Amino acid sequence: MIVVAVLASACVKAGTSSKVAEATVDRTKPPELAPPPSLTLPPVVTRTLPNGLKIVIVEHHELPVADFALVVRTGGEADPAGQEGLATLTAAMLDEGTTTRNALQIADQEAYLGARLRSTSGWDGSIVSLHVPTAQLDSALALFADVALHPAFPAADLERLRAERLTDLLQLTDRGPAIANRAYDAILFGANDPYGHPLEGTEASTKAITRDDVQHFYDTYFRPNNATLIVVGDVRPDDVQRRAQALFGGWSRASVPQVSFGDPAPAHPTTIYLIDKPGAPQSSVRMGSVGVARTTPEYFPILVMNSILGGPFTSRLNQNLRETHGYTYGAFSSFSMRRAAGPFTALAEVVASKTDSSLLQFMAELKAIRDTVPTPELTKAKQYLELQLPARFETTSGIANQLVPLVLYDLPLDFYNTYVQHIEGVTQHDVQQVAEQYIDPTHLTIVVVGDRSHIEPGIARTHLGPISLRDLTGAPIQP
Amino acid sequence: MRIRRGVACCRTLVVAVLLMAGSQAAAQQIPRIAVERYTLPNGLTVLLHEDHSVPLVAVETWYHVGSSDEQPGRTGFAHLFEHIMFMGSEHVPVGQFDKWLEAAGANNNGSTTQDRTNYYEWGPSSMLPLALWLDADRMGWLLPTMDQAKVDLQRDVVKNERRQSVDNVPYGRADETILAALFPANHPYHHDVIGSMDDLSAATLQDVQHFFRTYYVPNNATLAVVGDFNRDSAKTWIGRYFDAIPRGTEAAPRPTVPSFTVARDTFLVLEDRVQIPRLYEAWHTVKIFHPDDAALDVLAYILAGDKSSRLYKDLVYEQQVAQDVSAYQESMHLDGLFQIVVTPKPDQTPAKMAALVNSEVQQVIDHGITPRELARAKNTIRAQFLDRLASDLGVASQLSLYDYYAGTPDYVQQDAARYDKVTAADVQRVARTYLGQHKVVLTVVPEGKRALMVGGAR
Repeated sequence: MIVVAVLASACVKAGTSSKVAEATVDRTKPPELAPPPSLTLPPVVTRTLPNGLKIVIVEHHELPVADFALVVRTGGEADPAGQEGLATLTAAMLDEGTTTRNALQIADQEAYLGARLRSTSGWDGSIVSLHVPTAQLDSALALFADVALHPAFPAADLERLRAERLTDLLQLTDRGPAIANRAYDAILFGANDPYGHPLEGTEASTKAITRDDVQHFYDTYFRPNNATLIVVGDVRPDDVQRRAQALFGGWSRASVPQVSFGDPAPAHPTTIYLIDKPGAPQSSVRMGSVGVARTTPEYFPILVMNSILGGPFTSRLNQNLRETHGYTYGAFSSFSMRRAAGPFTALAEVVASKTDSSLLQFMAELKAIRDTVPTPELTKAKQYLELQLPARFETTSGIANQLVPLVLYDLPLDFYNTYVQHIEGVTQHDVQQVAEQYIDPTHLTIVVVGDRSHIEPGIARTHLGPISLRDLTGAPIQP
Repeated sequence: MRIRRGVACCRTLVVAVLLMAGSQAAAQQIPRIAVERYTLPNGLTVLLHEDHSVPLVAVETWYHVGSSDEQPGRTGFAHLFEHIMFMGSEHVPVGQFDKWLEAAGANNNGSTTQDRTNYYEWGPSSMLPLALWLDADRMGWLLPTMDQAKVDLQRDVVKNERRQSVDNVPYGRADETILAALFPANHPYHHDVIGSMDDLSAATLQDVQHFFRTYYVPNNATLAVVGDFNRDSAKTWIGRYFDAIPRGTEAAPRPTVPSFTVARDTFLVLEDRVQIPRLYEAWHTVKIFHPDDAALDVLAYILAGDKSSRLYKDLVYEQQVAQDVSAYQESMHLDGLFQIVVTPKPDQTPAKMAALVNSEVQQVIDHGITPRELARAKNTIRAQFLDRLASDLGVASQLSLYDYYAGTPDYVQQDAARYDKVTAADVQRVARTYLGQHKVVLTVVPEGKRALMVGGAR
């Protein structure tokens, strides 16, 4: 950014010119807007190292900073039975010590460089990320590569993280929304599906995981042929490739097992799973069913349909439950599209006394979305999705975030170049078809976490489905 | 980053789910931001900064009113009013505000703090005149379509926001408890932004009308436009839409800020539906941009800003007696406070946490800090600056903040410089001056466990 001196203050001329202006201002309708600027997405450059590590580079020279994301294409989906939480724990351990640096040294160096180094895992991938000013690139990249390639998994630090996780799990029982999220997944997917287990593990699995398990997970999945390095910022592709070869060129490839998914459990007739949280002033509501994988051919119709149902502020769920009825601070819906089909979820935190009424309104909207969506509403939804796309590419971190799913799910790197056309092509019929296919009011899993003594009678009177009492993990309560 | 400035209540909850965290930068020149600042005849201050790197624009309006301006019995009113500002105006039927913006590809939100209420839109550059027209209509013509039903609806929504962010959250009531104990009853920061359920119930339509006429006037506001726009067009639109809004008849009243000292350590206990107790310690400090403010930010980072910080390293990493620890210099427009928060492990006590915290603080007071600690803090804080300037909306917010709290929007380099100037001696001195004073100590305990309270049995 070039320095320009602050321009002198100047008062806009007042008096007669404002009177003239007022006489011609038509406030009865909003101003007509110029056509939106055309979307020019930054070009994506790819390189590949001999060991199979792919590199994806986007230049962005607005600020002298860069984002690096090493995306390993395996996450919690690969947690073995009994070791739920292994992927997230392995990722968390990466910056707890390498063969040449201990945890405190890593943290000290990171802060001294003014860099931000993070290591996390989701369902589909594990990511080591770095954001740093390019002036510190040499030192920061050395630290980044060390953490990614030479973790030591020190036993003492593993025990420290284990203890923190167990305390986290204890504190989780304080939080209604967190209980609802975990129970919903457990009930919807069941015990035999990876998605039915929490990414952060259970008490049993957290106690069971050994250092060998962590090392084995890392050795199995953290391989250059199972990874892509995304780089966005004030960089040049040739220099990036040179640095990547120097830092990651010695990383040895190996064959990596693919995670296989079975078929999801069949849907049950609509049932309300009630979890008691005495004294809760709000009830946490999660309802839905198994949705779709990211690679679904119906990606764009589902995106549009979900936007209408429970996306931005003017969505049907939010307008109904918040702006019409005042039951909640916000209501939403989402399709979590993963390597396999993740959940479709409609959700809100609702005032306890209106839990029953909220459920009825949720159900009304899930039924109504299956009818033809009026054209003006469809048009607004599509315009919003199309026109807000450029804002996602404003910063280096934003751009990197947009590239991650392309890398995880093998989508073409020019995906966003045709995004707008695909959205524009979605029809009323397309929306209705996916609504009918994926939202079935007669086969919903409904989880409610709240004060049972207050809310159960009203819920029973809704006759939306039988009530099944569950414990904090979503397991049936023995009568 | 552990430094927090004023917790805000927002119109809608924004949940950012990112696979990558935000960004920081080390020793780097902080760029100066070119701003044109001018004032309309009705007193509206306009801040313009062009940036044509991406075809986006952000519009942010600051009204210089917040919870610190609320009357007794009307806590939470400024934030309730913020919600009401989205309920339509004379030329904007209710619901159209969001629909028109979304159809133009724009997002919007608002937030309220102790000191100010802001409203912002961001999206494709083509949406600029729409955002300006909408913001002008509610600045000038809100009341004609305001009615009891709208007030009642947003009252319900705000009560839900309070439930979702305070009453149904573990330890959620800690902040309001601390503020009420630390700041005297006649201090504008005595109560929290969200307000009490009773006071929210008491708000009337007449209150709304009076509040609007008093505070929502152009001479009590700034309008910032940042991004890809044509300067002449923007000025034309701003004049066209905002000129006709009359100046407020009187200057908006400003709260009186009593000076005070905390006369003795104050020990409090709060029962909550939590598994583990939590310790909060709070000291009265200074307002934003006070000469000691930057050193206090640095102190907070050194105490708990990263894994190698004093409290984290000792309590969480080495002794492993705490689950988490944090420290904040919370400096606002009129005053400030410093907090240290510790959650013990399940088999540890808040009293032990208090002893360890006090010991670590005393170490800094007695022996100061190292150059390495100082460098880590400053480099990380400097990184925050570049982060905040990475988006149009971030720049708009910073310009508005500087204009109101520093008196000029051209302040980012001075802001960065005050951290550059902080010395180890400064950090030691502010620890002694402020953390050596009396404090408020709150223990949040599981129900029935008041005996865990730090500082005496209740």
